[in-house]
Amino acid sequence: MTHPENWLRVTPQGLCCTPAGIFIDPTRAVERAVITHGHGDHARPGHDAVLATAETLAVMRARLGEGAGRRQQALAYGEELRLGEVTLRLVPAGHVLGSAQVVLEYQGARAVVSGDYKRQPDPTCAPFEPVPCDLFVTEATFALPVFRHPPPAQEIGRLLKSVALFPERTHVIGCYALGKAQRLIALLRQAGWAAPIWLHGALIPLCRLYQELGVELGELRPATAATKAALRGAIVLAPPSAIADRWARRLEDPVVCMASGWMRVRQRAKQGGVELPLVISDHADWDDLLRTVAEVGAPDVWVTHGRDDALVHALGQRGVRARALHLVGLGDEEEADAA
Amino acid sequence: MSLPAFAALLERLVFTPGRLAKLALLRDWYATQPDPDRGVGLAALTGELVFTAAKPSLIRDMVAARTDPVLLALSHDYVGDFAETVALIWPGRARGAEGINTPAPGLAEVVEALELTPKPALPELIAGWLDAVDATSRLALIKLITGGLRVGISGRLARVALAEWAGKPVEEIEEVWHGVAPPYLALFRWLEGQAGRPDPREAPVFRPLMLAHPLEDADLAALDPAQWRAEWKWDGIRVQLTAGPGGRRLWSRGGEDVSGAFPEIVEAMDFHAVLDGELLVIRDGVVAPFADLQQRLNRKVVTPKMQRDFPVGVRLYDLLFETTEDLRPLPFDARRARLEEWAARHAPARMDLSPQIAFASVAQLGEIREGARAASIEGLMLKRGDSAYVAGRVKGLWWKWKRAPLSIDAVLMYAQRGHGKRSSFYSDYTFGLWRPDGQGGEELVPVGKAYSGYTDAELGWLDRWIRNHTTGRFGPVREVEKELVLEVIFDAAQLSTRHKSGVALRFPRIARIRTDKPASEADRLENLMSYVAAARPAEG
Repeated sequence: MTHPENWLRVTPQGLCCTPAGIFIDPTRAVERAVITHGHGDHARPGHDAVLATAETLAVMRARLGEGAGRRQQALAYGEELRLGEVTLRLVPAGHVLGSAQVVLEYQGARAVVSGDYKRQPDPTCAPFEPVPCDLFVTEATFALPVFRHPPPAQEIGRLLKSVALFPERTHVIGCYALGKAQRLIALLRQAGWAAPIWLHGALIPLCRLYQELGVELGELRPATAATKAALRGAIVLAPPSAIADRWARRLEDPVVCMASGWMRVRQRAKQGGVELPLVISDHADWDDLLRTVAEVGAPDVWVTHGRDDALVHALGQRGVRARALHLVGLGDEEEADAA
Repeated sequence: MSLPAFAALLERLVFTPGRLAKLALLRDWYATQPDPDRGVGLAALTGELVFTAAKPSLIRDMVAARTDPVLLALSHDYVGDFAETVALIWPGRARGAEGINTPAPGLAEVVEALELTPKPALPELIAGWLDAVDATSRLALIKLITGGLRVGISGRLARVALAEWAGKPVEEIEEVWHGVAPPYLALFRWLEGQAGRPDPREAPVFRPLMLAHPLEDADLAALDPAQWRAEWKWDGIRVQLTAGPGGRRLWSRGGEDVSGAFPEIVEAMDFHAVLDGELLVIRDGVVAPFADLQQRLNRKVVTPKMQRDFPVGVRLYDLLFETTEDLRPLPFDARRARLEEWAARHAPARMDLSPQIAFASVAQLGEIREGARAASIEGLMLKRGDSAYVAGRVKGLWWKWKRAPLSIDAVLMYAQRGHGKRSSFYSDYTFGLWRPDGQGGEELVPVGKAYSGYTDAELGWLDRWIRNHTTGRFGPVREVEKELVLEVIFDAAQLSTRHKSGVALRFPRIARIRTDKPASEADRLENLMSYVAAARPAEG
């Protein structure tokens, strides 16, 4: 067996599988890129050839247009692809629609690059599948033991209780355009909210794309065209940058909500002027990060971005060799999405 | 399950800026929670119930025994607040096991157990609760038992919500409030129509105050001098003094018990009566500016030095009860006569009467008002001679006629976003005046902050101007180009060592946007200082 550290390398462009000649989620334009999912910090424009799931490619085309890659190759979950001596397949990561872990096998060793992932159920995408491996590359966005996300249905319950308590006001929820918005809508539908859900213009294209790709979201309407009266008692989704600023003035006495794992910490919620913080995250929390590493059984773990100090420390105590990669450019999906 | 419900309420109150929304949350609490938990929750919110059973160090030791020190330190660094860190990092039960073992404790159960449990058994008791609930409830529990709830719900707000929920005037609740105690079972039974109104008997209770309306020009024209009495409007805090066999209390305008902050007043209340008056810092008969009184406000304990440096007294202006006789239905003139008699007979220490001001015509009254420049006088109070003492703000019985405000032209320096409905607007303005910079030039020094006085249209205009003229951003604050002149009006200017400019404004607000005036022609700090110098101390 050839240990993956000999054939998976950190380069200025990002993670590179040298014998296959591919970069995974490169931060700069490269010849051949494998993209785990469509968030702006992972799917950057200008690559020559792009390999990803069909859903991720569709997201990239919707967001990046011509920058989505000159040559695009779709690979279904589980389908194997030979790149020289390397075998590659994509496995669901449970993060957003089309999100995938990249499983690489070479000379008897297996590495899994998980991209961003979560273990909570999500009606809008396929659930994470743990793949036993020799090297597991993980994110660490919420890698502090203070981050333990509550069940999403409980948070949606808090939202609906607030809507019942303040029927004259408009509840506006700040959320990322890709993944979080659609998951919130699907969770609301699961909780029995059948009324139309109103959207900020920036969220409409990706919601339409999800619907075209077969995700049921119910009736969606543009909030921009609605009167204040029509939005009384309604739920409106908007990008985080819009909820407490001028755009929100069109709403009737809004209850400003924000759906994010960061809402677990009061100071973060207070800074954003949020009145109803909803702890709903598309990333694994502390318990799920540790559980996942235990399930894949890798003796080596590399941490791409986030709170690597805490995770490396905790894994070390569990006898796992963990290393922080300090990859730049990852983890700013909010900023990337706002652009 | 009322601890989780209480935690959910706390969480919402912490993040809710609007008064109306807070009232709705409180009404929902009264309507949906069982006794005795709803009363216990009410008492905890308003600070009537305070625990010191568990010191923060106890919680610190408990969490340290259950977590890795490196991870705890990293987490504390990130979260900032230690109680919140503990609530979030507490291992709790394994996922999926929630709800299987012990149920979450009830609020009243927590309170009772804390009182009855001997100290050595506390850690195990508290740990058992923390294990049984989620992070939100853990935070509420830790804040509750360490006495750090601080949600900013005043007793007054809680009582207004009670009144709205029960469909009763808030004054009726105020009159019994201090005669009932947590968990307020008799109060809730009355409010739900299951029993009569609780009788406070001898207990010292707060009587809702009679309030004044601002005097408008039309009201002034209709004023008949023969029917009206005038007094100075003192710039202190309104208080009610209640003393008798059941105890002594000093109440603030909103019915909060402020006795603890003014022990010398309470000591002087060796009578059986209810009086209305103004609490002031008075040195040798001279009333000090409000800033001096501020040194004494919001204190739980007061040192002898504070009492020496800022001696307080009460200027009395009404007598509500003499022993058990309710004088409130009597006309003002009759009450005043009784007050004068009473004061002459008792002559209580630290108290005097607010003098009445003779006047023959409205014009003369106007001159008196304008002539009063003392910082401790806000203007005049006008009271109708035949008016009974009625709770609240009934129009046409008492007028307040404030002195015309002072004004300066200042330069806008910084702007900050508001809260609630104004959260998308830059609505709080820091403004400054010119002074020499010590190098032959001029510099702006901030002199105050205003967030009222403008119209909605002016707010919209200012918001746009600020966004288009921003030169720096510091969190929610924007620094702007020093170009816009605002006419700021205020009630008084007082020397202050806490302000960089050395002067503090009383109730500043925006009167006009002076787009016609270049910033270089705005007022200088010395113009403002001349107002301070002009304000003579008031003779008592």
